[in-house]
Amino acid sequence: MSVALLEARGLRKHFPLRGGVLQRTRAWVRAVDEVAFQVRAGETVGIVGESGCGKSTLARLLLRLVEPDAGHVWFDGEDVLRALPSRMKRLRRDMQLVFQDPHASLNPRLTIEDAVAFSLLVHGVRRAEAREKARMLLGRVGLDPRLYGRRYPHELSGGQRQRVNIARALVLDPKLLLLDEPVSSLDKSVQAQVLNLLQELKAERALTYVFISHDLNVIEYVSDRVLVMYLGRVVESGTADALAESPKHPYTQALYASAPSMDPDRRMERPPIAGDPPNPINPPSGCRFRTRCAFAMPKCAEAAPAPVAVAAGHDVACYLYDEVRT
Amino acid sequence: MSILALPTGVGVVVGAPLSYWRTVAWRLSRDRATLVAGSLLLLVVLSAVLAPWISPHDPNAGSIRQRLAEVGAPSHVLGTDEQGRDMLSRLLWGGRMTLLAGLTPVLVAFVLGTVLGVSAGYAGGITNTLVMRTMDIFYAFPAVLLAIAISGALGPGLPNTLISLSIVFIPRVVRVAESATVQVKGLEYVAAARASGAGVWQILRHHLLANILGPVLVFASTQVSLSIILAAGLSFLGLGVTPPAAEWGLMLNTLRQSIYVNAVVPALPGLAIFVTSMAFNLVSDGLRDAMEIRA
Repeated sequence: MSVALLEARGLRKHFPLRGGVLQRTRAWVRAVDEVAFQVRAGETVGIVGESGCGKSTLARLLLRLVEPDAGHVWFDGEDVLRALPSRMKRLRRDMQLVFQDPHASLNPRLTIEDAVAFSLLVHGVRRAEAREKARMLLGRVGLDPRLYGRRYPHELSGGQRQRVNIARALVLDPKLLLLDEPVSSLDKSVQAQVLNLLQELKAERALTYVFISHDLNVIEYVSDRVLVMYLGRVVESGTADALAESPKHPYTQALYASAPSMDPDRRMERPPIAGDPPNPINPPSGCRFRTRCAFAMPKCAEAAPAPVAVAAGHDVACYLYDEVRT
Repeated sequence: MSILALPTGVGVVVGAPLSYWRTVAWRLSRDRATLVAGSLLLLVVLSAVLAPWISPHDPNAGSIRQRLAEVGAPSHVLGTDEQGRDMLSRLLWGGRMTLLAGLTPVLVAFVLGTVLGVSAGYAGGITNTLVMRTMDIFYAFPAVLLAIAISGALGPGLPNTLISLSIVFIPRVVRVAESATVQVKGLEYVAAARASGAGVWQILRHHLLANILGPVLVFASTQVSLSIILAAGLSFLGLGVTPPAAEWGLMLNTLRQSIYVNAVVPALPGLAIFVTSMAFNLVSDGLRDAMEIRA
């Protein structure tokens, strides 16, 4: 394949909604639809979008925790979705996930040392050796193993648990880390500490990050490139700077405009878009943003716009920029 | 960084914390009601186990001349029954039967129910529907009715009582185990284990069972008292243990007619059933409180 460490093409996942006695499919939740992107080794790709836009599902699809309905995922030149179980197990060492909820993501019956060591045991490392490595990593993420190693998750704070999560993800020495809202449930001050820790670890271990968040400030801070998702589709992608300076898609513009700013002149009186995103069970036809878009045209209802390059490495899926194509 | 490394919880003692089961034991040791009920239970179990050595008389040897002796009668501390058999001996021996009939079905249901429930919960889909709806069929009958129906069909006797009561309790355990499994399966630490490449067995063993066995065990322990009452009830109706064997429910039945002659002696087996099932209930309550994971 290409130089990309991770590449997704045409990824799609629709969850069936079953009902009734016979469990027949009543409707489909279109969680992720035709998502394609690349992640180059060493960069941080941010994925941003409102709650329920399919960010977390996308992360699970990439790791094959959920089987996609269609599409391809290549990791390091290998077709992840076609990998056989034994090969898949090997691949999992290289791509790890850090979860959002620090309460649900740690087994309450395992000490944090054992929780971190578990992944190594799965891959056949001897217990003593696994514990040793777990302790080392706990120390690296700022939790003294002598003080915390034998503690249970409920004895730790949210920020400490998230450090354990990070240690657990790193214990297999992965190349790629998917971070699913890793700081969303933490206090602002703790967020900063964890983000800085993540940045340090990335440099130290030559990691590649896919960073999922609904918080634009966080995304801007960590990402090299950003993907903006809306109702299961990528509406715009480009470098973090390009998106911050000149967002093209009406949704991206609204998103950036609604982010709280420290600059009084940039503060807004009215929200740029109102209401909740439509239900992904029956998304609008064509462009899914058209129901909330100020520039909606008749053809927006007909078919979903294809991504158009407005600049090098800056793609927008919107008919407003169609003329650029020609 | 040293600031960050300090524990944030109030009252967190620095040093090696207690392991989970140590914590549970410590909590139990401070729960007076559970301790009293537990000691009582221990007494009942011990007396049942030691019955052959400690009972003063043969539980089945009667004497026409000493029928329905009062409590405190010479050489019969708790009196005699309607056939002149020593009540204390019969209560001790009867406890063996009652406890056996109370504990075995729950134990069988705990093992089989957990296996079924966890399989159904983890597999999901058709397997789940098949297992759970089958259990619902059994669940549709009231416990007593189902026990009587199965025992009636199988005929009296201890083995049949055990079978029928096991069938009564399996669906209940399956339900609890299934719902606990489904709940835990959806948690992120299970996803994290899968993302690490853990296989089904590793996940079941280290992540699922460890987290659902506690709740299922507590639930099963609440069912022991019901099982004791049902077993005694079946014997009372003549569907359980067959005479002349001593069993509390059966004793209650045969002493029924003597209640106008001597009101205290016929009440004794009932009291034994009450105290034992109550003690089981209190202990399982205490266990549930002690095993709760507090954040």
